[in-house]
Amino acid sequence: MSESSPHENFKVIGTRPIRPDGVDKVTGRALYGADYALPGMLHGCVLRSPYAHARIKSINIAKALKHPGVKAIVTAEDFPVVKGVMAQVGELIVNTHYLSLNIMAREKVLYDGHAIAAVAATSRHIAQEAVELIEVEYEVLEPVMTAEDAMKPGAPILLEEVRTKLMEHRTDPGSQEGPDRPSNVPGHIRFERGDLVAGFRGADFIVEREFSTATVHQGYIEPQNALALWSADGHVTIYCSTQGSFNVRTLTASVLCIPEGSIRVVPAEIGGGFGGKTTVYLEPVAALLSKKSGRPVKMVMTRAEVLRATGPTSGTKMKVKMGATRDGKITAAEVWLAYEAGAFPGSPFAPGAMCTLGPYVVENLRIDSFDVVVNRPKVAAYRAPGSPASAFACETVIDELAEKCGIDPLEFRLRNGAHEGTPQPAGPAFKKIGFVETVEAIRDSEHYRSKIDGPNRGRGVASGFWFNGGLQSSATVNIHTDGTVSVVTGSVDIGGTRAVQAMIAAEVLGVAVEDVRALVADTDSTGHTDVTGGSRIALATGMAVYEAAHDALTQLKTRAAKLWEKKPHEVAFSDGAFTAIGNGVPPLTLKQLATRLARTGGPVTGRATLNAGAVGAVGNAFATVCVDVEVDPDTGKVRILRCTIAQDVGRALHPSYVEGQMQGAMAQGIGWALSEEYFYDQKGVLRNSGLLDYRMPTCLDLPMIEALIVEVANPNHPLGVRGVGEVGIVPPMAAVANAIYRAIGVRMTELPMSPPHLLKAILDRRNQAVTQAAAAD
Amino acid sequence: MHAINYESPKTIAEAVKLLAAHGEKARPLSGGTDLIIQLRAGTRRPEFVVDVKQIPELHRISFSLQHGLHLGAAVSCIELHENADMRRYYPGLTEAAHLIGSLQIQSRASVGGNLCNGSPAGDATPALIALGAKARVVGPNGERIVPVETFITGPGRTVLQPGELLVEFLIDAPAKHSSDAYLRFIPRNEMDIAVVGVGGALTLDLDDDRVVDARIALGAVGPTPIFAAEASKSLIGKKFDAAAIENAARLATSVATPIDDMRGTAEYRRHIVGVLTSRVLTIAAERARHNEQR
Ligand SMILES: Cc1cc2nc3c(=O)[nH]c(=O)nc-3n(C[C@H](O)[C@H](O)[C@H](O)COP(=O)(O)OP(=O)(O)OC[C@H]3O[C@@H](n4cnc5c(N)ncnc54)[C@H](O)[C@@H]3O)c2cc1C
Repeated sequence: MSESSPHENFKVIGTRPIRPDGVDKVTGRALYGADYALPGMLHGCVLRSPYAHARIKSINIAKALKHPGVKAIVTAEDFPVVKGVMAQVGELIVNTHYLSLNIMAREKVLYDGHAIAAVAATSRHIAQEAVELIEVEYEVLEPVMTAEDAMKPGAPILLEEVRTKLMEHRTDPGSQEGPDRPSNVPGHIRFERGDLVAGFRGADFIVEREFSTATVHQGYIEPQNALALWSADGHVTIYCSTQGSFNVRTLTASVLCIPEGSIRVVPAEIGGGFGGKTTVYLEPVAALLSKKSGRPVKMVMTRAEVLRATGPTSGTKMKVKMGATRDGKITAAEVWLAYEAGAFPGSPFAPGAMCTLGPYVVENLRIDSFDVVVNRPKVAAYRAPGSPASAFACETVIDELAEKCGIDPLEFRLRNGAHEGTPQPAGPAFKKIGFVETVEAIRDSEHYRSKIDGPNRGRGVASGFWFNGGLQSSATVNIHTDGTVSVVTGSVDIGGTRAVQAMIAAEVLGVAVEDVRALVADTDSTGHTDVTGGSRIALATGMAVYEAAHDALTQLKTRAAKLWEKKPHEVAFSDGAFTAIGNGVPPLTLKQLATRLARTGGPVTGRATLNAGAVGAVGNAFATVCVDVEVDPDTGKVRILRCTIAQDVGRALHPSYVEGQMQGAMAQGIGWALSEEYFYDQKGVLRNSGLLDYRMPTCLDLPMIEALIVEVANPNHPLGVRGVGEVGIVPPMAAVANAIYRAIGVRMTELPMSPPHLLKAILDRRNQAVTQAAAAD
Repeated sequence: MHAINYESPKTIAEAVKLLAAHGEKARPLSGGTDLIIQLRAGTRRPEFVVDVKQIPELHRISFSLQHGLHLGAAVSCIELHENADMRRYYPGLTEAAHLIGSLQIQSRASVGGNLCNGSPAGDATPALIALGAKARVVGPNGERIVPVETFITGPGRTVLQPGELLVEFLIDAPAKHSSDAYLRFIPRNEMDIAVVGVGGALTLDLDDDRVVDARIALGAVGPTPIFAAEASKSLIGKKFDAAAIENAARLATSVATPIDDMRGTAEYRRHIVGVLTSRVLTIAAERARHNEQR
C-alpha cells in the first residue's frame, strides 16, 4: 500500500514514542486556561439573553454597580463600533463587524445566550449575583430557527443590511443576486459543469432525496476561558485556551481597535477544540474589564454557556438528485445545500459545496450552496467544516444508486473514483491523491470480508473528502550545549503535535527523540503562526520544523568543518555523526559537536518560516469507513457492532496519534449520526444546554474503532505527510445510515438517527406496508 | 453556590432534632449526587445540610427469609450491588441501583436519596414499588410507614414534612417462584436519564403457570412514578402467556401520562412503556421460575 519514497530508512518517524505532555496531563499538573491566576485577580461573568430574537430597549447597570465587590461592568457601549472588514485570519474569513456584535450584543440580541453585559467582581459568586441585578428591557421579536424558515419569503429579517451575494469561489466577495432587499441569505455559491439535462437523460437510475442535519457542537471537554491583564503602559496580556494564539491577537485587536503588537497571547494547554477555539468570545471582554478595573480579570464559561453561546456547526437542509447508468457510472448530480450560519453570516457553505462529490468523477454537475442566518449561535469551525453534512446527503444517495445497479457499494465507488488529474467540484484538478486506495483498504479488510448475520443487523460504507490547510508557520530549533535540542513553534498542541515536531527534529538531526523537547511559545516569542486547524500542524508546522532542523544541521556542518579546518561541503552527516570526507579524523556525534559550539562561533539555532500554501493546494485527504449496526426495531435504538476507518494519511509520523485522530473523528461522526442535536423550543430557547441531554457517545457506546492507515505520499511535503485531523468525521453519518438501511430497510434522511426518530420511521414504514397490503386485498 | 452550614449527626434522634430545628431551611444529605448539583445550580437553597451517612441504622442491609429486608436509606448503590442477598433475592432492585450513573456515582448515590429527590425518573423507585417496598420515616412526631408508591407527590416533592427523615425500606422476603426485574430505556448505554423505566415483580404457580401475584411500576412517564394497578391486577390468576403479557403491556401504556420533550415525544414514551413492560415481565417470570427459595 505504501508508496516508495526517498525516506525509506527512518529511525524515528513511524515509531511510537511516549507522549511528552502525557504525564503532566494524567497527573493533573498540566496548566489549562482555568488554572492560571494572577495577584489581585477579578472574576468576570456574562449576562446573556434569554430570548432568541429581541431588540434591546435599555440596559440598566446601576443596581449591579452598587453590589459590594463589583469593580467593573461593560456593555456594547464600552466597545468601539467596528466597521465591517473581511479579514482573512488563517483559514477563516472573518467579518470583524459581526465578530464584535457576536461578542457583545448592540441594539439586538440574535440568539438565546447572546452576551449583553459582563461584570468583574472580587469573586465569581459576586459577579454572578451582580449579573442577575442588571436590568434589561427587551422588545421580543419572532425567532427564525431553521434555514428552511429563514429562506421563506416574508420571514423575519435578522440583519437589515444583508443582501444575497452570488460567489464564484470561497473567497470571492461576490455580486448581488436578486432584488435589492434585506435577506437572511448572505451567500450563494454555485459550481457547474457539463450538461445536467443530458447527464440525467443518460441515466438508467435516478435517485432524488431531501436531507436535514441538526446543529451539533464540537463537545471539547474544556470550556472557553480567558485571563487578561491590561497594563498601565497599554500592553495587554491574555492567557487563554485557544487553537490559535495569533488568531486571538488579531481578532482581539480588531474588536478593541488597538494595535496587534500591543497584545501578547499566551496559549494554555488546551482541552480540546476541534475548530471551536479558532475565534474569540471572552478575550476582548476580559481585556476591557481589566482596562476598566485596572486589575487582571479571569473569565471561564460554564458548560451551559459553551453550548448556548459558542459556535457549534451548522444544521442543514439539503436536496440531492443523482443519476447512474446500469453499470454504475454516475452521469449527473444536482445538489442543493443550505447551511445555517447562526446569527451572523459565515457558515461553511462553501467548503460543504467544494467537498461533496469530491471523491468522484462527475462530468455533469451543479452544486448550489447557501449561507443562511438564523437565531442560533454563530457557528464556528468544526472538524472538516461543511463536508460532513453534504457527504451525508451524497453518500446516502450513492448507496441507493449502487443498490439499484446491483453493484457492491465499494465497487460503485471504485468505478467512479477520483484520481490525480480529476477536476474537483470547484474546478481545480487533484494532484496525487489516495481516495481509491482507502476504498481498496476497506474492501480488502478482514472487517469487510467478514460475514454479518443475525436479524436487524446491517453493514454500511461511505467515503469522505477534506482539504489540508497549508498556511503560515514558524519554527526554531535550538541546539543546546549538552547536545539536547529544543523545538519552538507557535502551534498549539491538540493532537500530540509536540511529540511529532520532536520526532521530525530528531530524525533530521540523528538524535534520540527523548533528547528533543518541543514547546509552544506565546505570540511575542515566536514568528507568526496560523491557527491549529485545517489538519495543518504536523503538515505545515512540521515542514517548518523539518526545514529549521536542516538549517541547524547546515550550520553544524560548518562548525565541524571549522574544527577540522575543512570546507563545509567536505563534511558529511549520517547516522547522527559528522565525518570529514577523505580524512582520518574520528566522526563526531551531534552531542560531541554541541559541546564545542562555544569555540566555533557560539550557539546554533536553526530557523524556518514558511507559507505552506493555500488551503487545499498543499494536500487533500480522503477516508472510507465501514460500520456494522444492530437495530432494536421495538425501540429504534442502534448499536454499533464494529467499525473500521481507512484514511490516506500520506505518511504516518507517529502512527498512534494518527490512529487517534482517525478514531476520534469517527467517534464524533457517530455521535453526530445517532444522538447529538441542539434542541430548541418554540421560542428559540435551547433546552439541552448540558451534557446529559446533549448526548455525545461515551466509551460504552462505541466499540474499538479499527484504523487502517493508508500511505499515499503527499507530493507537496518533504516527508509525504498529509493532514490527518479532520477527514475521518466526514463519512460516518452516511455509513451509519446506510448500515441501518441494510439492517431494517429504512432509509434515514434526517440526523440524528436517534431512537425516537428511527422508531417513527420504522413504524411509518410498517403502517405503509399494512395500508398497501390492505389496498391490494 | 452560596455558603451552607454542615452537620453530621451520629443518631437518628440527633438528626431529627437538627432537621426539626431548622425546618424548611434544612435538608438531609446522603450521597449528595442530586443535592450538591442542585446547590450548585441554585435550584435548592438550604442553609443547613444534615449529613445522614454517619447514622448506623441508615447504613445497614439486613435480610432473612423470616423477616424480609431492611435496607438503610443511605446504603450506597455499590454496597447494595455487592450484597449477595440483594443480588439473589431482589435482582430487579439491584440492577436498578446498579444502573444509576457510573461506578463513581454509585459509590456515593443511595436508594434513599434516589427516592427522596422526588424525581419521576429515578431508577430505583419503580423497582421499589414493584417489590411493594415501604418507607420507614422518623420525624419529630415519631415514626410512620409510607408505601413507596405514595411517597413522591410531584416532581421534586415528597410526603416528607420538615424534620422528617427516611430511615429505611422494608421489603417482604420473596415468595417461592417469585422475582423482579427493572429495565430502563436510554438513548446511550450509560450516564443517561431514563426516558422510560419499568419495574416488575411476579409470583408464579408453576403447576399451571399461573400468576399468583404481580406488580408493575413505571418511571419517567408522568409527574410521579406510577404504580400500574390495573395492569398488575390483569395478570393475577391468569396463565402467564403472550396474550397476558400483551394485555398487561397495553394496560400499563394506558396509565402513562408522558409529555413531549427533548428526551422523546409522548407518543414515543408510551410505545416504549409497552415494549419495556413486556420485556420486564418476561425477565421476571424467567427468574421466578428458577427461584426455588423457601
Ligand atoms: C453523573 C450523574 C449520573 C446520574 N445518573 C443517574 C441514573 O442513571 N439514574 C438515576 O436514577 N439517578 C441518577 N443520578 C441522580 C442521583 O445520583 C440519584 O438520584 C441518587 O440515587 C441520589 O442519591 P444520593 O444519596 O446521592 O442523594 P442526595 O443527593 O444526597 O439526596 C437527594 C435528595 O434526597 C434527600 N435525602 C437524602 N437522603 C435522605 C433521607 N435519608 N431522608 C430524607 N431525605 C433525604 C436530600 O435532601 C436531597 O433532596 C445521577 C447523578 C449524577 C450526578
